[in-house]
Amino acid sequence: MPDRLTRADVERIAALAHLDLTPDEIDLFTPQLADILEYAERLQAVDVSGADDVWHPGGSDCPRRPDAVRPSLDREATLSNAPDGVAAGASEQGGFFRVPRVIG
Amino acid sequence: MAGASRPADMETAASIRDDVRTGRRSAVDVCRHCLDRIADGDGRWNALTTVFQDQALARAAEIDRRRDEWRDRPLLGVPVTIKDVICTRGEPTTAASRILAGFRPPYDATAAIRLREAGAVIVGKTNCDEFAMGSSTEHSAYGPSRNPWDPERTPGGSSGGAAAAVAAGLAPVSIGSDTGGSIRQPASFCGIVGLKPTYGRVSRYGLLAFASSLDQIGPLTGTVGDAALVLGVLAGHDPRDATSAEAPVSDYAAALRRDPEGLRVGVPGALLELADAGIDAEVLAAYRRAMDVLEAAGVVLVDIELPHAEYAVPVYYLVAPAEASSNLARYDGVRYGSRAATTGGGEASALSRMYDRTRDAGFGAEVKRRIMLGTYALSAGYYDAYYRRAQRVRGLIRRDYSSAFDGDAGPGVDVVAMPTTPAPAFRLGEHLQDPLAMYLGDVFTVSANLTGLPAISVPAGFTAAGLPVGLQLVGRAFDEATLLRLAHAYERTAATNREAPDIRD
Repeated sequence: MPDRLTRADVERIAALAHLDLTPDEIDLFTPQLADILEYAERLQAVDVSGADDVWHPGGSDCPRRPDAVRPSLDREATLSNAPDGVAAGASEQGGFFRVPRVIG
Repeated sequence: MAGASRPADMETAASIRDDVRTGRRSAVDVCRHCLDRIADGDGRWNALTTVFQDQALARAAEIDRRRDEWRDRPLLGVPVTIKDVICTRGEPTTAASRILAGFRPPYDATAAIRLREAGAVIVGKTNCDEFAMGSSTEHSAYGPSRNPWDPERTPGGSSGGAAAAVAAGLAPVSIGSDTGGSIRQPASFCGIVGLKPTYGRVSRYGLLAFASSLDQIGPLTGTVGDAALVLGVLAGHDPRDATSAEAPVSDYAAALRRDPEGLRVGVPGALLELADAGIDAEVLAAYRRAMDVLEAAGVVLVDIELPHAEYAVPVYYLVAPAEASSNLARYDGVRYGSRAATTGGGEASALSRMYDRTRDAGFGAEVKRRIMLGTYALSAGYYDAYYRRAQRVRGLIRRDYSSAFDGDAGPGVDVVAMPTTPAPAFRLGEHLQDPLAMYLGDVFTVSANLTGLPAISVPAGFTAAGLPVGLQLVGRAFDEATLLRLAHAYERTAATNREAPDIRD
């Protein structure tokens, strides 16, 4: 059985998951997640030789559709849901989602 | 405790449809009555997050105007509620999460479109656990829903508001989603019928994705007949959901008229004795009585083994969070929902800080736990031990069921029967501090999602304290017809859903 999940593990996972957890949340989640993972350890005892992986109950068939141009969502309606969407008509360069500065 | 008859609004969808069709009542009258019941009663149950007052009445008026033209529509004038993880165009769709506060989808879910085309009147959205993650509706940003049989107890989850709405007579039909039991468990806790169709039977287009290989939309209703009626409306291929099946849709109403005699029903004896399932003595007794009822109806009971079903909970709680961690990556404060203010520096970019803070502020504890679990199970060094291994055990569970349904190499049963849940509705707060204890209650429901098989929960009586108990039937893929046929026969014979909660003001 692997070592019990630690606070450091939880901090590492939170960073991967893009969650800025508070210290209280880390205190709460560390033992809860450790308990769940320890419970899941029983899967290690199952003989899985010859078992197929199931990724999807629909089977492995991948249906195809024609690669044709079709209408998609209305741009203005879509932008209107954004916390910082700039409508196409709002400025000469409108029609986009604005995010905090990424470069320099 | 339980009243002798259902309240007026517990009448079936089919009877409402017939009344509207023949002009005995107008759709507007039905709709107004439903909205009044919600206005009067829902303060106690917190079953709805949004009520479509004006839109519903306008739609009902349109139905009345076009009654002759639309008379053959199967849900003509029937009030329906929709779980708040299913998109309704231009109307709030919150997933009971802070992170989607204010979100108004620019499109309708296929399920919503099909309901409207069938003549249904959508009267509101129902409360649920955030992003459908939970078994109690306590993980809702809008507060817990309450069980009409005992307001101190949970109606179950995640479709708890949907089940409470039907049980309290607010509307005869609710549409829910079921990823690990989220339709069947609340139906069981609230003494109503809940059907999870086969994976692919109903389009998931417009359902906010939780675990894409497990999610399925289905009905919660007062009777099996109504479940069959609504499934007939929802089922069928949808070009907008590549995983929706092309398989032909059966005539479910015709299936109900067939006698159950000769059907072979599997009883997984060893699974019921599992210590981990912690099955309640009264639940087990109700199950045994249900098996007696089926046997008396001419059904052949067959003892079967599902040797890997005991691993369904750990498999589920690795696979579902893994898929959730991927699906919920889209909630990042850019395209929809809320965005947290970001100030101050640090090593990460301002964009990265915005993501991290938005997600921490926007998601509740259970969603964060599952994202964390899933991220861990998929992370380098742990993927093979957790996620991959869980998928292989999932394959073994599927093989168990295939063997049980196989008449050549196995016992050849038509349906597998087990309790829906190991215990009746628990008290609000009872499992809130112990997520693992909450997860263990899903032991009988998650297998149907892992295998994709259809499953239904029907009322199977009450405990001594007056809490409803559910009987679960699991069928062959795309054989909802047999499932409904048997469930209907059981309902008719056992008469276990003729009571309604005694709701006094």
